[in-house]
Amino acid sequence: MIYSDKVMDHFQNPRNVGVLKDADGAGQVGNPVCGDMMTFYIKVKDDRLADIKFQTFGCGAAIAVSSMVSEMAMGKTLDEAMQITNATVAESLGGLPKNKLHCSNLGADALHSAIDDYRKKDAAARGEAVVAGTTAKDECYCPYCEGHLEGAEEFCDHCQIEFEDCPHCGNLAKKGAEKCPSCGAELAQP
Amino acid sequence: MKRVNLDHIAATPLDPAVAEAMRPYLDGRFGNPQSLHTDGQEALEAVEDARGRVAALIGAAESEVIFTASGSEANNFAIKGLALARRDKGCHLVLSAIEHQSALHSAKSLEKSGFSSTLVPVDKDGLVDPEEVRKAIRKDTILVSVMLANSEVGSVEPVAEISKVCQAAGVPLHSDAVAAVGSIPVDVGELGVDALSLAADQFYGPKGSGALFIKKGVRLLPFIDGGIQEGGRRAGTENVMGIVGLGKAAEIAGLKLRERAAAMTGLRDKLIDGLPRRVDHVVLTGHREKRLPHHASFCVEFIEGESMLLNLDMKGISVSSGSACTSRALKASHVLLAMGLDHALAQGSLVFSLVDGTTGADIDYVLEVFPPIIERLRGMSPLYTKFLEEKRT
Repeated sequence: MIYSDKVMDHFQNPRNVGVLKDADGAGQVGNPVCGDMMTFYIKVKDDRLADIKFQTFGCGAAIAVSSMVSEMAMGKTLDEAMQITNATVAESLGGLPKNKLHCSNLGADALHSAIDDYRKKDAAARGEAVVAGTTAKDECYCPYCEGHLEGAEEFCDHCQIEFEDCPHCGNLAKKGAEKCPSCGAELAQP
Repeated sequence: MKRVNLDHIAATPLDPAVAEAMRPYLDGRFGNPQSLHTDGQEALEAVEDARGRVAALIGAAESEVIFTASGSEANNFAIKGLALARRDKGCHLVLSAIEHQSALHSAKSLEKSGFSSTLVPVDKDGLVDPEEVRKAIRKDTILVSVMLANSEVGSVEPVAEISKVCQAAGVPLHSDAVAAVGSIPVDVGELGVDALSLAADQFYGPKGSGALFIKKGVRLLPFIDGGIQEGGRRAGTENVMGIVGLGKAAEIAGLKLRERAAAMTGLRDKLIDGLPRRVDHVVLTGHREKRLPHHASFCVEFIEGESMLLNLDMKGISVSSGSACTSRALKASHVLLAMGLDHALAQGSLVFSLVDGTTGADIDYVLEVFPPIIERLRGMSPLYTKFLEEKRT
């Protein structure tokens, strides 16, 4: 099996699956073009995550990651939840195959995007300025110029680079690049 | 737990009779076919005997069969060997958009040495229109390569009609028949091809053993230099055991192919008709009739292939998928995208491929366990939630 027991457990028995109809915040990352898509819904009470639900379109790793993120964040303060990173998620799952590491980026991003959404709404409700800085990534972006990638992620129309997949993290890297822009791994070139 | 293996596009089990034919070469017969002594000559006889059997299966002459180490090698060999041999005549290749990666990447690799290629589109069923091939052929086109059957969607291409177009234009035609040989009758004369690739592991033979048919008189540059094996076109000591296995598998296929295909077609149809009846939003991929007898492929909406594959595996069912997540490169299937499927639908790809010995009870079991798996996965899919909401409003 390509996955750890922990990943398989979360994949088979995902925690906190569903939709919160009266969510205080909601966030969505990814899209089917990238391969995975996750939505997170949160209820916030006294600055803590009182409830979390998620839905995921994606592979076994993506489902397990979403489940793990929801479990890790439950009951935490919003600031604590914002500290959850792809690395801690992957670690808690007993590791992920290298080419699936990008799924764990998405899990934490989706939760953070739901928290951002809540904070914006909350600030607006109290008449304060909207908090800047969202981590939401609804689409595929070029890792070099951050331009939006249309369709298949093989070429960036904005900065005219051709991509290949980093064999270490699965993210996009420039064809012939020496280092992956996402994980920093050295890329062997023929 | 009951295990039902319905993934035979990756590999088929070794026929016990094939294993039996190969065993002596594991157990003591080690002669090199190029040695002049008795041990060597025995090995040579075994290799040439196998060549005859492979030739007989596809209606070729013995001298027209070159052994290779895989179907991928045969595709590389044909495309690079034919293109480079005809370089003085031009540098343009025509391939279908749904060729195997070994064909597409051979063409891509040739682009580095000045060749260019045109990919011919396919229709929604994954079929190539011969007229499109005709339109793609230019004055400087030196090779056309169109597969006989696609392993991902099961469609069988009109290669005989495409060969007429190629002959009229005076351009040689190669066909990757790896998914077809041993499953459907293949006759190189009837197809009118100049080169054709096949692999033993697709029809109950061993892995690491394939062959390339190259029509007599068609020039092909050597693929491996340095020896007299395979007429000097592919050097290297022959994989005698693998070649013997391929020969035996070809012999058995010649005898049993029609019977096997008839039995599997009924079961395949049961799956093709039954699955969409039991689960909504499941579409067949590939042509309904013009398809391999053991092949049933679908796209399931709102779910990703790997999660279905793993769930089916837990129920003892092995299948494959063309979804991006199941590929190591995390790329959506070029075949499904070429057929015009959108990315989300292509992610829900599932391929069932039957084998000699698959039973009606196996198919019933799949039809029974499939719906609850889909229901569960759709329950956690944001795309399905969105679909239901849009339906409501």
